[in-house]
Amino acid sequence: MAETLVGSKTLLDIRDLKMYFPLTRGIVLQRVIGYVRAVDGISFTIEQGQTLGLVGESGSGKTTIGRTIVRLYKPTEGQIIFDNQDLAQMGGEHLREIRRRVQMVFQDPFASLNPRFTIGSLIAEPMHIYNIGSSSEIREKTSELLSVVGLRPEYINRYPHEFSGGQRQRIAVARALSINPEFIVLDEPVSALDVSVRAQVLNLLQRLQNQFNLTYLFVSHDLSVVRHVADRIAVMYLGRIVELADRDELYAAPKHPYTQALLSSIPIPDPQIEKRRHRIILSGDLPSSINIPSGCRFHTRCPMAQQICREVDPIFERKEGREHYAACHFSEEVRPV
Amino acid sequence: MGENLLEVQDLKLYFKVKAGKVRAVDGVSFTIKPGEKLGVVGESGCGKSVTALSIMRLIPQPPGEYAGGSVLFEDQDLLDVPESAMRKIRGGQIGMIFQDPMTCLNPTMTVGKQIGEGLRIHLKLSGDQALKRAIALLEQVGIPDAATRVNSYPHQFSGGMRQRVMIAIALACNPKLLIADEPTTALDVTVQAQILELINGVCSEFGTAVMLITHDLGVVAGMTDRVVVMYAGKVVETAPTGELFANPRHPYTLGLLASVPRLDEKRHSELRTIEGAPPDLLSPPPGCPFMPRCAFARAICRTMPPLELVAGNSSHLKACWVNVTDPNEQAYADRRRKARLEATQVAISTSADVTLQQTS
Repeated sequence: MAETLVGSKTLLDIRDLKMYFPLTRGIVLQRVIGYVRAVDGISFTIEQGQTLGLVGESGSGKTTIGRTIVRLYKPTEGQIIFDNQDLAQMGGEHLREIRRRVQMVFQDPFASLNPRFTIGSLIAEPMHIYNIGSSSEIREKTSELLSVVGLRPEYINRYPHEFSGGQRQRIAVARALSINPEFIVLDEPVSALDVSVRAQVLNLLQRLQNQFNLTYLFVSHDLSVVRHVADRIAVMYLGRIVELADRDELYAAPKHPYTQALLSSIPIPDPQIEKRRHRIILSGDLPSSINIPSGCRFHTRCPMAQQICREVDPIFERKEGREHYAACHFSEEVRPV
Repeated sequence: MGENLLEVQDLKLYFKVKAGKVRAVDGVSFTIKPGEKLGVVGESGCGKSVTALSIMRLIPQPPGEYAGGSVLFEDQDLLDVPESAMRKIRGGQIGMIFQDPMTCLNPTMTVGKQIGEGLRIHLKLSGDQALKRAIALLEQVGIPDAATRVNSYPHQFSGGMRQRVMIAIALACNPKLLIADEPTTALDVTVQAQILELINGVCSEFGTAVMLITHDLGVVAGMTDRVVVMYAGKVVETAPTGELFANPRHPYTLGLLASVPRLDEKRHSELRTIEGAPPDLLSPPPGCPFMPRCAFARAICRTMPPLELVAGNSSHLKACWVNVTDPNEQAYADRRRKARLEATQVAISTSADVTLQQTS
């Protein structure tokens, strides 16, 4: 997407973010019997105008990160520094002001739009909340937003059920854009959509980013979609980032066996290639984030695991002196797929 | 005739609703040979699942209604046989795997009982024998410690494991045909790879024919011998898998292939899209259902093209009037696509100019 500018500014800086959800037992006398460690110590930065892709399987904590950044959750620990202000423990009027600049688009366009609102009032609601302009100005802006996302302005008085999934996701994008945010968390924005419609929405998001100079956090489970939209990519496994690198670097030379396995398990729509491909098939499932395995979290499924992996948690560090981070004891031995 | 295991001819299944008839499956024909792996691809709402369910006669009537056609399974028309005979075929001759393994397993029965149910009914095994066979099947589908897991309930399994149990149930009576309706859509990619390999391995071992329904072209490419592409309740193209991917002849197939971002290709700045949305099956447009979205469309497309052999190929059928390999046609389609793209771009840039002026 947007080219990296020299000296471009860091818009979002996440430092050692942790989000634990307590597990309780008892109804009257609730006591905490453990924690779901959904996000367990994560750090990354996003430059202005760039897209960071966050990839992982379900249960890896990627959605929790997105929701914590817009402060739908209050993080257990760590800092969320947006434009030099820490959102992590912010509240009240300060948070309200920041939220105007940070918006979110949710995964399921069938659940994220209130069925009792017309799409005009859905898109206008953020503008009313932040008192932007008079009613007639808001109405004008709403119909303009509809045409921006590729819907006809005449649809303004219709209800969400009259639209298809792709159109609804466009409405959700229009709503997020209505108060001119700088940063948008896109939580699996296309995974509920059909392939032919998915491409339309992806193209739209890209055009909007270029035109409005937006910064995206793009959360997805689909590595081929992320490759298309992201400048940098973070791969998550069980509440941690296991690898973070520039897009082309990550696909050409993965440094973590999990990334390698993910890449090899994505089917490619070409029978010739599919026949020749060597697949790394991981055994088993994602372990529970209540009982996280000792040492490296991935060792229970890793084809390269050794004794040290069971005992020592690998450090998330730079590999080969480049901006390529990975948490693996044997990252030199990971081969491209 | 006799060489096909399953032969679906001009199958039509409509749903009666207040507003009229929804033509969910509207004249679908295809065949499956013994041991063959057939992929059925299409977007949601194109009728691929309804086709599978109507082969099995699992659509409740009403609102469903067979409006014509036949389903020949080993030369016997499944639409004519009485319900009692159909019950012998379901699970015995044709096994089925559904999309969501959580809703398809009975939460109040152990998985051993559920696998054994078919064995006791179809193969008349005793309870003990059925349990033994269930353990063997669980081992075969890769569930560790099968002898104790056989007494577990579905909620004690993860999504991938449940899908393995579903496969064990579907294959328990050694069916001749396995219908897999989006078997991996609810699963993560790493688990998807496991499950696809399992289906492939087990079916090749037993010589079971597979009808794999999916929206993922990548899955079809790796798993199948032949592909049927469906759109709006109709078959628009069918060909051997290699031929279809190398030489797609229907504009919809072309569009589908182009709109998927691929890992093995250079990144493009923009994805090719199919504009618009699939038609409403309550009142489908006259003629070719893809016409409103098709860049190649012209006047003749107002009449429905027949599903015919592509010139010079004996196994590749398409339902389209246009020869998409003709450079003139391609130039025409490119011009139309460009015009549409420019129109949307203008709307965005004017709005962006205004907004950026306001903020600065």
